[in-house]
Amino acid sequence: MLKLIATRALLGLVTMFAVSVLIFICTQILPGDVASAVLGQGATAETLAVFRKELGLDQPAYYRFFDWMFKALRGDLGISLTNQHVIIDELLPRFQNTLFLAGYAAVIAIPLSVGLGILAAIREGRPIDRISNILTLMTISVPEFFIGYLLIMVFSVQLGWFPSLSTVFPEMGFFERLYNTTLPALTLTMLVAAHMLRMTRTSVLSIMSSPYIEMAFLKGMTRSRVVAHHALPNAAAPIITVVALNLAYLVVGVVVVEAVFTYPGIGQLMVDAVAKRDVPVIQACGLVFSGVFVGLNTSADILAILVNPRLRHRR
Amino acid sequence: MKLFGHKPPTTAWVGLTIVGFNLLLALLGPFIAPYSESQSVGHTWDQGLIEIEIHNGFVFIWNTFGPWFGADPGDYVPTKGALILGADQIGRDMLSRLIYGARMTIGVALVTTVISFFIGITLGFAAAVLGSWVDILLSRLVDVILSIPLLIFALIILGVFGSSIPVLVLTIAFLDSTRVFRLARALGMNLTVLEYVEAARLRGEGTWWIMRREILPNASAPLFSEFGLRFCFNFLFVAALSFLGLGIQPPYADWGGMVRDNAGAISFGVLAPIWPALAISTLTVGVNLVVDWFLSIEARPSGAQAEM
Repeated sequence: MLKLIATRALLGLVTMFAVSVLIFICTQILPGDVASAVLGQGATAETLAVFRKELGLDQPAYYRFFDWMFKALRGDLGISLTNQHVIIDELLPRFQNTLFLAGYAAVIAIPLSVGLGILAAIREGRPIDRISNILTLMTISVPEFFIGYLLIMVFSVQLGWFPSLSTVFPEMGFFERLYNTTLPALTLTMLVAAHMLRMTRTSVLSIMSSPYIEMAFLKGMTRSRVVAHHALPNAAAPIITVVALNLAYLVVGVVVVEAVFTYPGIGQLMVDAVAKRDVPVIQACGLVFSGVFVGLNTSADILAILVNPRLRHRR
Repeated sequence: MKLFGHKPPTTAWVGLTIVGFNLLLALLGPFIAPYSESQSVGHTWDQGLIEIEIHNGFVFIWNTFGPWFGADPGDYVPTKGALILGADQIGRDMLSRLIYGARMTIGVALVTTVISFFIGITLGFAAAVLGSWVDILLSRLVDVILSIPLLIFALIILGVFGSSIPVLVLTIAFLDSTRVFRLARALGMNLTVLEYVEAARLRGEGTWWIMRREILPNASAPLFSEFGLRFCFNFLFVAALSFLGLGIQPPYADWGGMVRDNAGAISFGVLAPIWPALAISTLTVGVNLVVDWFLSIEARPSGAQAEM
């Protein structure tokens, strides 16, 4: 079992390395010449040469890659092309903001959707199951910004309960911050809760059809006891995987939601950088997002190994 | 009434109606639209026929003739509603722009999905039929690409190449083809081991012939349902990128961009950004309903269920 976990963690590291190679290829090698791509066709030969030297483009590609990677590992992500700021200083507080928002949404979404999913599985085919099914189908096929603007329309403009723009600043107190980010957190919750609910329900139900569950029923146990004591331990692994996958989706889905509520997170930073074609910032944000994504997926797999009764008590 | 030899349930009819209506708008847009997509015919965010107000917890929906239920008709200002859905941020007719936008938004998503399926199916079947190092190489590459979130990957590519419609279409098609690849490869793997494929090989048919004449016809049903789902995904993807200002660029009308342009109206209680967002949602729900019906007919396992 330790070996399994170690293998999975190593695979995560290898994936991360491959991802950083891919990001490097996309940003540095595919465009041919970053300098002329950024400066445009109007740039003179001299400005191009100076700019290339500044970017270190006179070095060979593999050297630039390892230089970039080792600097990134030490926390040096380079300097923004457009405003000359040190990227890490700009990125860190925004990353914390994004994590705060995603965490807030996760705290609401996970208990809600896992709880409702188990409930829907226990009461399969009853009204509560039907209602949750229709609701999830609706939220799954709707774009993030539609949910966001509907929430603003109702809770901010008409009812005036929450602010429509989620401005936060470092000096802000914890509860004020919570209050200001409630609407974006709710939007994110609706995005991921539906998927988690459906998957929780499916994984509990798929366990419910196995012979040992039938045995438990034949012993005369009630449906809720069978679900809680017999089905859940075996359904836990797929549920954890789904939760982690959705957390990963949460961190990415944040990009659009941040734009709706003009929340100062890392998603906004990346979108601005893409609009200005600021390659080092794009690289850095891409690396951070992928790091979170790969990290969550890896920890999901490791957790799934840890909670799986069959792997825990191996003969 | 039967369709493709099956009787569609009510939900499928709703879906088919929505999809048909949208296709009609996309095809006949310029002939139906009351105004042109760039003509300014009103003032910034003129109210349309419909507005929503909430008083004391009750929802009121208004039209030109007064509220539909509830409130006092005296509140009403009669100049509203000259344009059915109101005007956008520079006074263009919202309804006309929605109709023009249908062509752009649906067209880009459709072309993207077709390219994505062409790449994904070709490579997926090739991996399944050829096996060995082709399969390993392609599968590992897809694994790595899929371990970067799609939106983030798209942002990286758009940031490097700049945003234009060809770049947008090719980027999304390339990224989306990784999902199609996985499904096509899985389907192909199940089919390549069957006797008739073996027979074709022994006859001396080439790889391309086997992929096209033996594998494709037998994998077409699940691929067809997948096409609907991928279309929805790409449609939402294009809309999201346009919403972020990195997709389809003005002066073209497209639904995601229209939400972005009119976003400011929301704080005045004007519904302008809601209409294009509603149009996007309706079409996605419609396609999903049709796909659900198809899946229930096929009732074959598809990659769609394992989809995240």
